[in-house]
Amino acid sequence: MRFYEDQYLLWLVGAVLLLLGVATGIGQFLRRQTDSALNPAVVDQFNLRIRAWWLLCAVLAAAFYFGQEATVILFGGLSFWALREFITLTPTRLADHRALFWVFFLFTPLQYVLVYFNKYELFSILIPVYAFLFIPARIALAGDYKRYLERTAKIQAALMICVYCLSHAPALLYLNIAPPSTAAINTAAPAPTVEESQASDVASSAAGASFSGKKQNARLLFFFILVVTMGDAFHYTGEKLLGRHAIAPAISLHKTWEGLLVAVGCGTLFGTCMWWATPFSWEQAAGMSLVITTMGFAGGMTMSAIKRDRGVRDYGTLVEGHGGVLDRIDSVCFAAPVFYHFTRLLFPQ
Amino acid sequence: MLHVEVMRTVLAAIARLISGASTRWIECQPDTCQRVYFANHTSHLDALVLWSSLPSHVRNLTRPVAAKDYWEQGWVKPYLATRVFDALLIDRKHIKVHQSPVDLMLKAIGNTQSLIVFPEGHRNTGSELDEFKSGLYYLAKKRPDLELVPVHIDNLNRVLPRGEFLPVPLLSCITFGPPMWLEAKEPKVEFLRRAREAVRRLKEL
Repeated sequence: MRFYEDQYLLWLVGAVLLLLGVATGIGQFLRRQTDSALNPAVVDQFNLRIRAWWLLCAVLAAAFYFGQEATVILFGGLSFWALREFITLTPTRLADHRALFWVFFLFTPLQYVLVYFNKYELFSILIPVYAFLFIPARIALAGDYKRYLERTAKIQAALMICVYCLSHAPALLYLNIAPPSTAAINTAAPAPTVEESQASDVASSAAGASFSGKKQNARLLFFFILVVTMGDAFHYTGEKLLGRHAIAPAISLHKTWEGLLVAVGCGTLFGTCMWWATPFSWEQAAGMSLVITTMGFAGGMTMSAIKRDRGVRDYGTLVEGHGGVLDRIDSVCFAAPVFYHFTRLLFPQ
Repeated sequence: MLHVEVMRTVLAAIARLISGASTRWIECQPDTCQRVYFANHTSHLDALVLWSSLPSHVRNLTRPVAAKDYWEQGWVKPYLATRVFDALLIDRKHIKVHQSPVDLMLKAIGNTQSLIVFPEGHRNTGSELDEFKSGLYYLAKKRPDLELVPVHIDNLNRVLPRGEFLPVPLLSCITFGPPMWLEAKEPKVEFLRRAREAVRRLKEL
């Protein structure tokens, strides 16, 4: 069940490589312009970001290449690392140690095991119900009541954002999506060449609807990640070029109304243009992209607020220029569960 | 001794993975010259993590000084301490006059090796640094050529706090500061205060 046999996915990967290649070219060109009006620090930051995107892209591509299992494991690893960063910056007390141990070594792996076995009814409540009840009880048993509610809430929030929300991204791979032919019927009038190749694609995969469905799922996840990342990129560009009015100056000067509009507008446009790779009609793709980019922005804003409260700029030092893992995936964390639920609503299981 | 080399590399990798340690060198570079790394002590993992955060060619010449009573318990710890990271085990309980720990340390490192010491003498549970024990002063006095490198270990006490045996894999940070020496005729109390301040200062950088 390899994903690389899917020509649409290859097209998508090709498009991403082209995009990254062009961006790298621009970055290198700007770096060589010694007398440009641009701030060299901004150019350096831009280049570092692109380098980190290459890295993320390579990791994602490797996971797709090796299939569903590898993708789930990759996201599990990301969750684990993000949780480390989150808890590191969250003041906990010695009495929380045992509770934290179970958070890291029981709830996080278990969540991804349940995703792997596609137990929606379990993984959708494991953390909001069972971990939610377990954490305060375990901390109370340890007998330290100082700032009790605060500590409990912080650990719960960390688990929800870093593990629960993020696990909905690989869960997309297990959704039962209607085969592409029925999706194409809903579409008003797509380019005929696309329809033809899609039909031949279905015919060529002898394994039938479930197999082409799995390939669709890989594309769905790819579409999701791509739109979130492009939303981030558009936000960064819009903010750098046009940013004037900060939304909440006390939280971040880099989150501006102009950036938000560019991110949501261009992100939605971009996602709509990618409709051919998804099981959605173009209207649905537009709606989904709007939701994804808006949620992505909300995620970035929330994480900025947390970071500001803790008095730090970035969560970690893993990828140069990108802060930590959590700085990269904050928008994915917020957009994933919403995108998952909306897709589930469109394609009843 | 190939398997010791392999074990060293593996152990250092595991220690870095569990502690998620990022290493910062501030006004100081990794070097094979003889040094005494002195750090704050908050967790059993301190010596191991500090040791593993050094580049491998420096690490092979660096020996942690550790408490005999702790590292001689069981069979894993003595194996790790004596065979793998080649620790200098010091008896905290029966200090003999003719064999002071400082002399033992200096004899053990000869003219090539470096040491890792924790001058607080015990694991500290509070947030403030405790007073330094005088061993560091006597080391500096008997071997004025040794570079004394302050090291600050941050957050490791949350990875493995006192009395716990299961680690929580949070991220920690090891900061190496600029080397210092004993000034001519500097009194003991003054020197120890300065050394303590050098470690404390790294926390804020």
